[in-house]
Amino acid sequence: MRHHDHNDENPGVSRRRVLECMTWAGTGVLWTVTGGVPRSLGLVGSAQAAEPAGMTFLQLSDSHVGFDKPANPNAIGTLEEAINKINAMPAKPSFMIHTGDITHLSKPAEFDNAERIISQAKLDVHYVPGEHDFIDEEVKLYKERYGKGTKGAGWYSFDAGGVHFIGLVNVVDLKGGGLGNLGSEQLEWLEDDLKGKSKSTPIVLFAHIPLWTVYPQWGWGTEDGGRALEYVKGFGSVTVLNGHIHQVMQKVEGNVTFHTARSTAFPQPAPGAAPSPGPMKVADDKLRTMLGVASINFKQNNQPLAIIDTPLAG
Amino acid sequence: MISATLRSLGIAIAAAMILHANVARAEDTKVMIDNFTFAPAQLTVKIGTTVTWTNRDDIPHTVVSAGKFRSKAMDTDGSFSFTFTDAGEYKYFCSLHPHMTGTVRVE
Repeated sequence: MRHHDHNDENPGVSRRRVLECMTWAGTGVLWTVTGGVPRSLGLVGSAQAAEPAGMTFLQLSDSHVGFDKPANPNAIGTLEEAINKINAMPAKPSFMIHTGDITHLSKPAEFDNAERIISQAKLDVHYVPGEHDFIDEEVKLYKERYGKGTKGAGWYSFDAGGVHFIGLVNVVDLKGGGLGNLGSEQLEWLEDDLKGKSKSTPIVLFAHIPLWTVYPQWGWGTEDGGRALEYVKGFGSVTVLNGHIHQVMQKVEGNVTFHTARSTAFPQPAPGAAPSPGPMKVADDKLRTMLGVASINFKQNNQPLAIIDTPLAG
Repeated sequence: MISATLRSLGIAIAAAMILHANVARAEDTKVMIDNFTFAPAQLTVKIGTTVTWTNRDDIPHTVVSAGKFRSKAMDTDGSFSFTFTDAGEYKYFCSLHPHMTGTVRVE
């Protein structure tokens, strides 16, 4: 069940405020981005101690339930570990988003297992599909489960904590030789959805494949992602959250923060660092430092936005 | 007894020859998928050829040629075959990873 929490009284962030992003990377170093220039903030412990106020939500991504290859023979187990970590958080997040590839092969049992484990967090989850969620023969299992109240292939928007969230689908109707694809119907809907919104409303766009061009040689980008970004240009705070590439990557362009989350299933190589973007086998004791979840905090009263990536271990 | 044995041996040899001839005529061709790449990506075959794609990645792939053929998602070691009965150029791609492309030219 999707729960839409309307709360327009706390705009959270203003157009001119400083944008600050914190990343808890595997190395344990925090960094901040002010005006597009990253600088180190210090070690993880100090940020952990400073408990965030405001609205916090979590991003899960690329669970690939059903994956059992050498890169991680137990993707169900690491998803469970991620959910256990979430349950152990001192402050309960408001909800979760899942940026796709819930399953590996869109099998009914994979969707069942994913639901069984993720529901243990007892949080509302807002899903968008990855390409792995649309490969059942009739392409209906994802939509039956998560498509209620959505448009087209599964896109929708909702408001929470004064932030406008938009879930987009960029994994259907892909063209040979191309990248991820939103399509004109979805883009028209997006333009319409944003009409009349105050420019000070913080916007979160989330989709499976990065909406920005990370590495086109591996298909890591969205053909018409630029059009979506045009529509959000005038807004004071825009956060773009994606998955698909199974590693943390972040950049800031003006008022737009782009961020990709880790997978809970298996890591993928850095762009161009391997012959292909396929699952990367790492030493067993390193695997959990390369899997994890992201926590996104919108502090109210002009406080900065923070993204904290938490690995399962390390 | 001997003649019966020889006769059946002869039949077996003849059957083997026919089988062999069939295999040779069909010119079955393989395309391997490794590291998100079709190999060979460019292929020229005769009319009547069956091409079999086999996925050797740990990630599923598909083979899609718009309006011509479309495989299901092939998991690791999964394969898909298509017999080309018409001449022409068939461009195809993986619908999950569209940067993966290939062409079969049928003459």
